[in-house]
Amino acid sequence: MTNPDSQNQALTTAQKVELSLKKRYRAEARFKAFGLASICFGLLALVVLFSNIIGNGIGAFQQTDIQLEVTFDKDTLEIDDASDAQQLAIANFDGVIKNALKARFPDVKSRRDKRLLYGMISIGASFDLRDYLKAHPEKLGSTETLWLLADDDYDTYYKTLKAGEPFVGRMNEKQQAWVQSLLDNEQMKSSFNTRFFTSGDSAEPELAGILGALVGSLLTLLVTLLLSFPIGVAAAIYLEEYAKKTKLTDFIEVNINNLAAVPSVIFGLLGLAIFLNFFNMPRSIPLVGGLVLTLMTLPTIIISSRAAIKAVPPSIREAALGMGASKMQMILHHVLPLAMPGMLTGAIIGMAQALGETAPLLMIGMVAFIVDIPGGVTDPATVLPVQIFLWADSPERAFTERTSAAIMVLLAFLITMNALAIWLRKRLERRW
Amino acid sequence: MSISVLLVGMGLMMVAAFFLGRGRSLAVAGEQRLNSLPSFYGILTALWSILPGIALLGLWSIFDSNLIEYAALKHLPEALQGAPESELGLVMNQIYNIANDKYVGEAPVYMIEAANAIISMQKQSAWLQGVIVLAAMFIGAAVVWFAINPQMKARNRVESLFRVGLLACACIAILTTLGILLSVLFESLRFFQSVPITEFLFGTTWSPQGALRADQAASESSFGAVPLFAGTLLIAGIAMIIAVPTGLMAAIYLSEYAPQRFRSIVKPLLEVLAGVPTVVYGFFAALTVAPLIRDIAVSIGLNEYVNVTSESALAAGLVMGVMIIPFVSSLSDDVINAVPQSLRDGSFGLGATPSETIKQVVIPAALPGIVGGILLAVSRAIGETMIVVMAAGLAANLTANPLDSVTTVTVQIVTLLVGDQEFDSPKTLAAFALGLMLFITTLALNYVALHVVKKYREQYD
Repeated sequence: MTNPDSQNQALTTAQKVELSLKKRYRAEARFKAFGLASICFGLLALVVLFSNIIGNGIGAFQQTDIQLEVTFDKDTLEIDDASDAQQLAIANFDGVIKNALKARFPDVKSRRDKRLLYGMISIGASFDLRDYLKAHPEKLGSTETLWLLADDDYDTYYKTLKAGEPFVGRMNEKQQAWVQSLLDNEQMKSSFNTRFFTSGDSAEPELAGILGALVGSLLTLLVTLLLSFPIGVAAAIYLEEYAKKTKLTDFIEVNINNLAAVPSVIFGLLGLAIFLNFFNMPRSIPLVGGLVLTLMTLPTIIISSRAAIKAVPPSIREAALGMGASKMQMILHHVLPLAMPGMLTGAIIGMAQALGETAPLLMIGMVAFIVDIPGGVTDPATVLPVQIFLWADSPERAFTERTSAAIMVLLAFLITMNALAIWLRKRLERRW
Repeated sequence: MSISVLLVGMGLMMVAAFFLGRGRSLAVAGEQRLNSLPSFYGILTALWSILPGIALLGLWSIFDSNLIEYAALKHLPEALQGAPESELGLVMNQIYNIANDKYVGEAPVYMIEAANAIISMQKQSAWLQGVIVLAAMFIGAAVVWFAINPQMKARNRVESLFRVGLLACACIAILTTLGILLSVLFESLRFFQSVPITEFLFGTTWSPQGALRADQAASESSFGAVPLFAGTLLIAGIAMIIAVPTGLMAAIYLSEYAPQRFRSIVKPLLEVLAGVPTVVYGFFAALTVAPLIRDIAVSIGLNEYVNVTSESALAAGLVMGVMIIPFVSSLSDDVINAVPQSLRDGSFGLGATPSETIKQVVIPAALPGIVGGILLAVSRAIGETMIVVMAAGLAANLTANPLDSVTTVTVQIVTLLVGDQEFDSPKTLAAFALGLMLFITTLALNYVALHVVKKYREQYD
């Protein structure tokens, strides 16, 4: 009993505990700090993600215009009557813009410099001029001071200049001098970019808009909602109200639970093999996209609808049956209306999931470059997330900006939908 | 008759059937009591009218184009009829383009003839379809209309139809699984006919050169999927290293330490991370995180020892990990909350600190559920597509270096299938074989995870 342990053994348990307390409290504080740090990491990631996207994309809501003295010269336009639509369609507005640029910068002589100079104005500006002349046919032959849409390189350069950021972009010194001269005469301004919300995709960043993708998304979601909500609710009713515990019911449940966790790209393979190859449906149409997304969101909707039906107390059912209602009447007149808010919430969440989905739609060809705005569920279309994917691949810096802006629009839609779901749940859901 | 006109016609027919059936029931009733409410007779008539209509419409639409194509083949010259399928497909494509007015330039006479035949057959088919569908609807309604009598149990019949309809909707889940399995399995079997399954599973080079021409040999490409599996595991592993500790600790803090107010604000905020579309994460990873990681790696001189690329596994894994944090945390949160309070009280009563209670009582009690949640998260990470497509790259390197570019199963599925390819080349079929692997893996993970979670839940209920 003379080894060093003897001293410890002399201590009572209470003393031992007391000695270890400091260490244990430190461990406690450490553990708690780890937890807090994890949460902070998650929130930090959220803040960085959002500020990054907003910082990158906020510029796309502004577009740069350049003011020029445009002469609607009959000889350059090669027309003699501006009220004739056919003549307008073939008129040479590019020449008019080139003349205006030549007049504004008379000392540009070499061919290389001229080509750079003509690149200052977007090719979309000639369409704007055509619309202008169409609206004011009497202006043929006169000279007007007009704001024309700048090309994306100049747009990017002007925005970085304004923000005071270091210079990026493809601009040589001559081009920078031109911009400086325009700025000195206040012939360059930025205004709200309505084109971004009113036009379809384009190879030119300054002309590209999200309307086509947005309409495509809405059509696809419409198909998804019309199919998945009724089918999902019907399946949920069967499983909750009718199904007895049989092998078939068990099998259905296993399938639903598994489908909810199958990667979305697999649904794309299904769509490709079944809808496109077997049923010979056309590629890249919202109808097929909606069908694929229906299969994908169905488990979500079934699971949330089942939860909503389960939340309706049995007393309601018994009261209905006691009053002589049949089972179908009991379900349609009592259970369904009471469960509807919960089901709608689930449906909105399922739709939000479908709205953000990209991978399965890539498989069924919704990645095509489509300029036109789709008019129906059988017109070729793309959707917002796929548009983001396509733009993210483009090398121009102006497209990066637009990608972020499109992401902001997408996130705005998702946040609205989720907020609506939360509001619905709070507002309509009854606690029994 | 165009399809929209037909649909409107069918709708009108159904409404008419409803009113006819209801009127008939009132007429035959006379002084007698009807078995069911009059509207049930109407609904029954309408259902028996619309159901055969929809069934015929569906069947017709499925087989119509194939039959027309078969008939159009008869218009082609003898020499072409024996041609191989790919050549025939090309000709048919051209003919369809002529029929749809999309063809520019001169076409051989036989093609124009075939196109005209197709146009006239399409017209006839559409008319015939309309007539047959509407006739079937009429017959269906008429049969019920004549059968209506006061003793007919219309309500019971409607209810059993209702029940069958609900069951059919519920069975769509089975059909979907079956559809996935069959579509992936068939194409995979075709793939394994040209590429042996052992080469696919154990080969270490992946270079699917597309068969640009039909006569090009497929032997130039190799389909060893090991680099893909390794890349998938590497990225998923990085994601799990980020997501599991963070998600688990966040869940523990939120459920055991945080005051109610803090919890009610922070939990939805964390869940926003799960609601952000993956394409957004992909953009963020490719544009911001990947260059950052490369710059850091280069600035501390790592590029002298290992390969550093701008499309790194680390960037994709890191961002994917962030995406999965709320998934892990909300699943763990559920199971931690399901641990009965009495277990905690017992531990506190013995003098344990909260962290000791969590580590030695709560976590062991919740472990099966947490493991289940983590398995689900792994299956998520393996199946995640957009982040890796945008940030991980296409080079099939077999490496464990997280700063190098790797490719994954999902990336290859997307790259092999996006765009127009010949559907018979091994290159496209390989995507389905990869899909089969992915489906089997995630299915197994999900099955085990759901089983574990379910078993655990029953324990404390």
